[in-house]
Amino acid sequence: MSIRVIKTLKRLAAIVLFAPALALSAGAELHLDKAPVSSDPAALQNGAKVFVNYCLNCHSASFARYNTLQQIGLDEQQIRDNLMFTGERVGDLMKIAMRPAESKVWFGVTPPDLTLIARQRASEFGSGADWLYTYLRQFYRDPARPTGWNNVVFGNVGMPHALWELQGQQVAKVTEHEDGTKSVALELATPGRMSVEEYDKTVADLVSFLVWMGEPMADKRKTIGMYVLIFLAGLFVLSYALKKNYWKDIH
Amino acid sequence: MTTKSQELMHWIDARFPLTSTWKAHLSEYYAPKNFNFWYFFGSLALLVLVIQIVTGIFLVMHYKPDASVNASGIPVAFASVEYIMREVPGGWLIRYLHSTGASAFFVVVYLHMFRGLLYGSYRKPRELIWVFGTLIFLALMAEAFMGYLLPWGQMSFWGAQVIVNLFSAIPVIGPDLSLVIRGDYVVSDATLNRFFSFHVIAVPLVLIGLVLAHIVALHEVGSNNPDGVEIKKKKDANGIPLDGIPFHPYYTVKDIMGVVGFLIVFSAILFFAPEGGGYFLEYNNFIPADPLKTPPHIAPVWYFTPFYSILRAVTYPLFGVDAKFWGVVAMGASVVIIAFLPWLDRSPVKSIRYKGGLFKAILAVFLVAFFILGYLGVLPPTPGRTLVAQICSVLYFAFFLLMPWYSKLDKCKPEPERVTFK
Amino acid sequence: MSVDQKMDSGRRQLLVATSAVGGVAVVATAVPFVASLTPSERAKAAGAPVEADIGKLAPGEMMTVEWRGKPVWILRRTPEMLASLEKTEPLVSDPASEKPMQPEYAQNKHRSINPEYLVAVGICTHLGCSPSDKFKVGAESGVGPDWPGGFLCPCHGSLFDLAGRVYRSMPAPDNLEIPPYKFLADTRILIGDDGKA
Repeated sequence: MSIRVIKTLKRLAAIVLFAPALALSAGAELHLDKAPVSSDPAALQNGAKVFVNYCLNCHSASFARYNTLQQIGLDEQQIRDNLMFTGERVGDLMKIAMRPAESKVWFGVTPPDLTLIARQRASEFGSGADWLYTYLRQFYRDPARPTGWNNVVFGNVGMPHALWELQGQQVAKVTEHEDGTKSVALELATPGRMSVEEYDKTVADLVSFLVWMGEPMADKRKTIGMYVLIFLAGLFVLSYALKKNYWKDIH
Repeated sequence: MTTKSQELMHWIDARFPLTSTWKAHLSEYYAPKNFNFWYFFGSLALLVLVIQIVTGIFLVMHYKPDASVNASGIPVAFASVEYIMREVPGGWLIRYLHSTGASAFFVVVYLHMFRGLLYGSYRKPRELIWVFGTLIFLALMAEAFMGYLLPWGQMSFWGAQVIVNLFSAIPVIGPDLSLVIRGDYVVSDATLNRFFSFHVIAVPLVLIGLVLAHIVALHEVGSNNPDGVEIKKKKDANGIPLDGIPFHPYYTVKDIMGVVGFLIVFSAILFFAPEGGGYFLEYNNFIPADPLKTPPHIAPVWYFTPFYSILRAVTYPLFGVDAKFWGVVAMGASVVIIAFLPWLDRSPVKSIRYKGGLFKAILAVFLVAFFILGYLGVLPPTPGRTLVAQICSVLYFAFFLLMPWYSKLDKCKPEPERVTFK
Repeated sequence: MSVDQKMDSGRRQLLVATSAVGGVAVVATAVPFVASLTPSERAKAAGAPVEADIGKLAPGEMMTVEWRGKPVWILRRTPEMLASLEKTEPLVSDPASEKPMQPEYAQNKHRSINPEYLVAVGICTHLGCSPSDKFKVGAESGVGPDWPGGFLCPCHGSLFDLAGRVYRSMPAPDNLEIPPYKFLADTRILIGDDGKA
């Protein structure tokens, strides 16, 4: 009697175990390029320069202070001379003059604060860095949009291509497949000031900077973590030996 | 010297039961000597509770429960969390301890509960320990839910919005009830402030009280063990259980080892993957709350997902009341039913070691169903997934409701007289 | 007792070693918590040195600058005001500024780098009120017919002269604090940083 019940239950368990495969279906795929994120100070400094020149006009980074850029190897004077255009102090937050309410009227949407953008954009399709790296390289000309720009990763994006002078202008070639899906291929129509490789490197630096800014303490965190783990491993050996020693009394 | 300190102890003992408390709960509290790996999680739960309370105290010094928007257009509460992460010295570590600690709490508590399930720790005379434990679990869920609103990110906001709206499904009083919980027509500053108050004062007080009751009840009847036999039945001439050993020093040194082992795993996550792959800190929660824009996909934090799946699995209206209400009922019942285990289990033995194949198989199915429910809870629903969730929900409840029947039917092995100890 | 009897030397050593290392762990854990009580980056940024432009300050005028949330006075003293310091010298309790209420470079009769400019923290050394300026001389000031000009604390009536020196037998025990400062140019002062600390 109970054997038959067990057999039935086993069959049921098999169905249940199979369920995840059933559950994993549907949902739009997002194809992201792997971002070559670097923690090299030169790359981060270049990224900071691009960020301040091209992003910080419309986007704020209102949780970060200019003087935290010292962590990527710049001194206060360099920060003041190269990265600050208004008469703020180096201890100030990287805010912008434009007020959120005004920008909403001008752009239809307030440009988001970028301090945490690399952490926000992470998803099951890839890291936030991958998203940003793909996004910043996949703008294309689209006359239907008010800004004249569209993006493969972020359809009908509100932001125009801020780096177009560097990248040049891409156009989209849409191919319709038999099953009704579409795929978009981008072609460089007019080249920009940079070659494709140079542009990719610039975007990679910018993305590296954004990753760093999302969690400036990340390197420190891992360094401390190594010490903590080594220390705890030692403590574990001791506490294990102590336990063994006491428990030899118990028979 | 010795006499001086002995005198001091006498002086204290005449006024406060220090020595007798120490003896009753540690040095002369006799615990079975055959505790295994599963018995670490009780003391670990206590450790995580302490971590959460201490880090919480320090976070409150810098956090601001304020939904209004600052000059940069960021809600003050959200900005204050980033302030802790970036500007307060050591703040990032304290915050990660707290956010990782929340997940660790549930990991430890789930394993602790599963231990009870394995070895029948809820059986007579330990029913009240189990009931207190279920209440702790409920309080912990309330604590975690309200704490999750505080960072005031997108997931905080929309998670609270969805869960509070569940209460509106209750007939007659529902809509007013959810209004009273929110204190506003949407989740707002009023909600944030009352959740903050509950999260830092009310629920922790309740939790600590329940934990105390849990331990007092345990020490009254003594611990169960992996063999499920009562060590108090066999005592020596001095009235000390033959299979019992003093908790201190034997289990204090063993638990210290367990604590260090736990801290190694905990630190590895804390320092190298504090986001827990988006499960401990959800990516969308790095976006400030926006009441006008729901994220494309909202899922509760992982530890709620099995119960959330049960909620979503109920799609049929019943007795003229819509499915939403029955979903809430099912979710509530799925937690409350755990408290009734002591009276549902009719097996002649306590421990899984002596239970028959039937019980083992059913427990395995239950476990698999529970994991699948948890997994489905993080995914957006599709008709196929809802069907799977419905099957698993039925299995979940069947485990409990059919227990009086199958636990009697099961072919058990005889329990030994004494505990097994290698 | 039975446990103590079994305390062999190996167990004792292990116990001591584990306790010591565990103690280190507890102390190390306390570090971030104690650190979190110290001023944050925001507080440090707000407490950063402040620049003041004194180009438009006329003789006899005073301006107030905020530094670390405290008022810092910059008073451009006239020759008459400087002369009054001679008169107050026997009346004040610490005429030579012997108590460490100022950087070394301000430990002089006029308590400043440049005699013309007094830079002082405008907080009474008694209980922390901010004294009011009483620059008018004599009865007109409302302080007294012999008043040579100075500061009066509204809370408990402490009197200070124009170098921030406290009069004798006042509630305030010390002269007004002189913050670290330096001249960046003839008309620009940096308060909070003298390039030494």
